[in-house]
Amino acid sequence: MSAREDILSNVRRSLGVSGIDAPRRASVEARLAAHECGIAPQRGQGDAAARLKMFVEQAQAVATSIGHVASVDEAPVLIAEFLRAHNLPARLRMGDDARLRDLPWGAASLEISHGASAGDDLNSVSFAEAGVAETGTLALVSGAHNPTTLNFLPDNHIVILRASDIEAHYESVWARLRERYGAGLMPRTVNLVTGPSRSADIEQKLLLGAHGPRRLHVVIVGD
Amino acid sequence: MTVYPSSPQFKKNARAALADGQLQKALGNVRTNFIAKRAAVADRLPEFEALRDQARDLRDHVLAHLDVYLEAYERKVLESGGHVHWVRTAEEASRIIVDLAKSRGARSVAKGKSMVSEEIGLNAALERAGIKAVETDLGEYIIQLRGEAPSHIIAPAVHLNQEDVEAEFRRVHTWLPKDRDLSEPESLLAEARAELRAKFLAADIGVTGANFLVAETGTSIIVTNEGNGDLSQILPRVHVVVASIEKIVPTLEDAASLLRVLARSATGQEMSVYTTLSTGPRRAEDVDGPQEYHVVLVDNGRSNMLGSEFEEMLRCIRCGACMNHCPVYHAVGGHAYGWVYPGPMGAVLTPSLIGVDKAGHLPNASTFCGRCESVCPVRIPLPKLMRHWREREFERHLSPAVSRAFLGLWAFFARRPALYRFATGLTMRALAWAARGKGRFTSLPLASGWTNQRDLPAPQGQTFQAQWKAHQAARRKRP
Ligand code: SF4
Repeated sequence: MSAREDILSNVRRSLGVSGIDAPRRASVEARLAAHECGIAPQRGQGDAAARLKMFVEQAQAVATSIGHVASVDEAPVLIAEFLRAHNLPARLRMGDDARLRDLPWGAASLEISHGASAGDDLNSVSFAEAGVAETGTLALVSGAHNPTTLNFLPDNHIVILRASDIEAHYESVWARLRERYGAGLMPRTVNLVTGPSRSADIEQKLLLGAHGPRRLHVVIVGD
Repeated sequence: MTVYPSSPQFKKNARAALADGQLQKALGNVRTNFIAKRAAVADRLPEFEALRDQARDLRDHVLAHLDVYLEAYERKVLESGGHVHWVRTAEEASRIIVDLAKSRGARSVAKGKSMVSEEIGLNAALERAGIKAVETDLGEYIIQLRGEAPSHIIAPAVHLNQEDVEAEFRRVHTWLPKDRDLSEPESLLAEARAELRAKFLAADIGVTGANFLVAETGTSIIVTNEGNGDLSQILPRVHVVVASIEKIVPTLEDAASLLRVLARSATGQEMSVYTTLSTGPRRAEDVDGPQEYHVVLVDNGRSNMLGSEFEEMLRCIRCGACMNHCPVYHAVGGHAYGWVYPGPMGAVLTPSLIGVDKAGHLPNASTFCGRCESVCPVRIPLPKLMRHWREREFERHLSPAVSRAFLGLWAFFARRPALYRFATGLTMRALAWAARGKGRFTSLPLASGWTNQRDLPAPQGQTFQAQWKAHQAARRKRP
């Protein structure tokens, strides 16, 4: 017998069930199809303003820095200021997301390059798929528009997030993914990011900047 | 490194651990940090206890339908262009991964933290095949340099102090200037980051574990704080996920439900920094990510635990809370347990996976204070399961020896000055709790043969029970 058959039949023997047990299969199918939400924490719920407030609070609590702009066209200037404030070069790596491409980077004197990172970029900018208020979490999805390497290799990761994309819970992000990719289908990588990278492996002292970015800066657009 | 079980020598290991001053200093961090952080974050989320009930029920549902979910999960992985390898044993698991690496001409493998890979002895198997395995989690990297096994399932180097890490980096990183300043933990982290960055970029294959496997979508989920699990899977050409069969969750919603209790129980974080959902290899529209995606589904004894009195152990989501709150773990650390999984969860799981003959004393490594069960996010009755192991021993007619071993161990812990020396520590309160404020143990679980005849003096002080009650009352009062 193959390992697969061996394992499955051993699972069934231990559970005392047969492989053609229709009610069990039906109950699994039903659960997968319904993908019901479990208990949703009160925190994060409320109108857009409440979600924005909770997102900012939670994000700052895990050392994410936050900037606000009224319109996305103002993002480049704010990002340039952020880079200057940290003595970082005015250079950014980004994917080919249309929402990023058409922004006035040049007017903010930022030098832009496109594509995945090979590890030699200091700063990157991504466009978030969504934010999650309950824990100040960003949702980023892979693709040429926002390559995953840009979320991890550069020292400074800047993420643009529309206030209207801030959801209360992770489950609303799943709903967006189903809408965009189809039920049961996923992009290669979905990153839920909650703060800059860190480690507490040396005497449990919390240190920022382990393998991923040392800084995570979120520019929130609108209110 | 392969971890050879030294669990039968638990008592000897424990004695050595108690006498190890460096270890005792490091273990102080477990006692203070993890407990306070978890308590604070749990208090901040009013739904936390209800989420634990839900997590328990969800895990039970999965276990009762595991065969059907495994088939559904496999189907989705294949549909998304991935491969699934089913393996019965640790040897089969290592062999599959070594063969995969060889056939791809791999010279080096970058590894994200994975306890199952420790369980199957993957690093040793790769190295025997001439393939370099590089642990990339900071803690795992440090202990790999030292040739040690992890001493904690989420904080593998928790038994070490900063000066131990500095000494190791100076010993190994000989190409760096001798007079560099490594006096701050930040400089140690920066050095590890720089060294490992090059290794990520050079690796041909990335191996990660999985916290969850989602049947609905064929997705594997990993949770890290450092980002090493991500670099391990997006930079190399091949991503291999090694995960045990019970890691299945039905839907993304179910994964979210478990994520809400996982980080809070583990590190006292609201959410870990990186929660990554990986599905198949890179798509046509991707410009990075692995070209191949393989899942190695490991049984290695789990299917036998289903339907047995140890089934509940399979609910475990590997958060580490039980060891963080265990007075025995606090006293002796993880290595004394002698195999991959330490603490209360290890005391139940190790005999299930490697055989009670190889793990005999572990279920006795308990003060029966019940704190592990009180913090377990999926409410595994760990003390009860440890007792089951002893009952099994009775059935096997080994009872006199087991009783002797148990009493011997009890007496060993109870009399050890080093155990009592951390008077403000948990053991004191836990033992006092067991004595129910009477100052005497009039009955000890499974030690009745002894306590029928005499009382064991218990340490004095405010009892854990009193403190716990006060804590619970304070929580209930909150709006
Ligand atoms: S037994 Fe419970 S507390 Fe211990 S690691 Fe598993 S889930 Fe966490």
